[in-house]
Amino acid sequence: MQSLNRLKESPSQTAGPYVHIGCVPNFCGIGGVYPEDLGSSMVNKQTRGERITVTGIVYDGTGTPLKDAMIEIWQADADGLYPSPEEHRGTADPNFTGWGRKAGDYTTGEWVFETVKPGAVPFPDGRMMAPHISVWIVARGINIGLQTRLYFEDEANANEKDPILTRLEHQNRVPTLIAKKTGDGAYRFDIYLQGENETVFFDM
Amino acid sequence: MSLTNQRPAGGFFARDRGWQPEALTPQYKTSVARSPSRALLSMPQTLSEVTGPVFGQNMIGPLDNDLILNFAKSGESAIGPRIIVYGRILDESGRGVPNVLVEFWQANAGGRYRHAKEGYIAPLDPNFGGCGRTITGEDGSYEFRTVQPGPYPWPNRGNDWRPAHIHFSLFGQGFAQRLITQMYFEGDPMIWKCPIVDVVPHREGIESLIALLDMESTVPMDARAYKFDMVLRGKRSTLFENKLEGN
Repeated sequence: MQSLNRLKESPSQTAGPYVHIGCVPNFCGIGGVYPEDLGSSMVNKQTRGERITVTGIVYDGTGTPLKDAMIEIWQADADGLYPSPEEHRGTADPNFTGWGRKAGDYTTGEWVFETVKPGAVPFPDGRMMAPHISVWIVARGINIGLQTRLYFEDEANANEKDPILTRLEHQNRVPTLIAKKTGDGAYRFDIYLQGENETVFFDM
Repeated sequence: MSLTNQRPAGGFFARDRGWQPEALTPQYKTSVARSPSRALLSMPQTLSEVTGPVFGQNMIGPLDNDLILNFAKSGESAIGPRIIVYGRILDESGRGVPNVLVEFWQANAGGRYRHAKEGYIAPLDPNFGGCGRTITGEDGSYEFRTVQPGPYPWPNRGNDWRPAHIHFSLFGQGFAQRLITQMYFEGDPMIWKCPIVDVVPHREGIESLIALLDMESTVPMDARAYKFDMVLRGKRSTLFENKLEGN
């Protein structure tokens, strides 16, 4: 018999409490090695689309903010195109990176992304997904990075038809994936690792 | 927007959750309150998961992969056993993955991290920052130079120590491939006493995180070499993907 000769994915290990040293060294006071922390800026003055901020805190099962989490986001541009070589539908806004990385504040645990509202992207069957941002969370005590999605409160019509949101068996958990609008272009997306309001995490 | 008949991006292999650590691992106490208690929701991959940004060689500085020099004062260098760590980033099909952003961080040779929240009594090395990064070549290869980190105690159970290790963050071709792991050193007895190592459910999995000393790649009178390969989720490349509507 032949062999498929597959390898196994490297086992994940926690990012630990000092993830900042490797991923956001300037944030944690290690200056002079890199000019800036990767992912710290997603937009510039020429970026097309509606400017938004997304602010949040990651909470543990006791309701305590994580003060050592690192969050990464990945999203389409305002037209729904990804700035990626795997994007074959068109060319994304060259003034938009699509990828952001932030560490929670040492005291409050809060993080803020300055970005643009993403456009809609198709599901594999051609239906449109509601505008959303992919979110990845690592921290001390998290053995393997957690994947979730952020949808927008003010996209209710699109959310009602979203192929992922409508597929959730537990519809009462959908609100954990919806960022609340807190002001003009301002959204809040808190993440609950555990407990009654546990955020929906995906295996994708 | 109308869809073209371009080939849609292939999906990644399903992650083998039985091979990866569980979220709740009580021997690592911090995981208890930080582990989701509900099942992860399985969903098909979409463009949002299979796409990812491009990291170009041009964003990497000349000393980014040299932890001995990248934080040191001019003419000085970090203290500790000089080592080179090299290897390849492969996918589960055994293909080298090019253009992977590889970031690494570690304690100094005494086991001390340069971090405001670190309280170990071992001293900082004024010439050691502890971070580096590189981007894999066409064949998935990477290398960097550093000092071998020391083991250190940490507050978990009464007398837990981390084995000497280097943290790695890998960003491959798609956001769903994102991975953080740690590298250990061949022969370290602390590996088998560590509750963080112990979250990896299979012994072969733990062994896949242990780098081997490579005397052939060692630079005589300068630096020993350790070889450490890592594996990211594989990718389907068949032409027979689910077709987008309109194809």
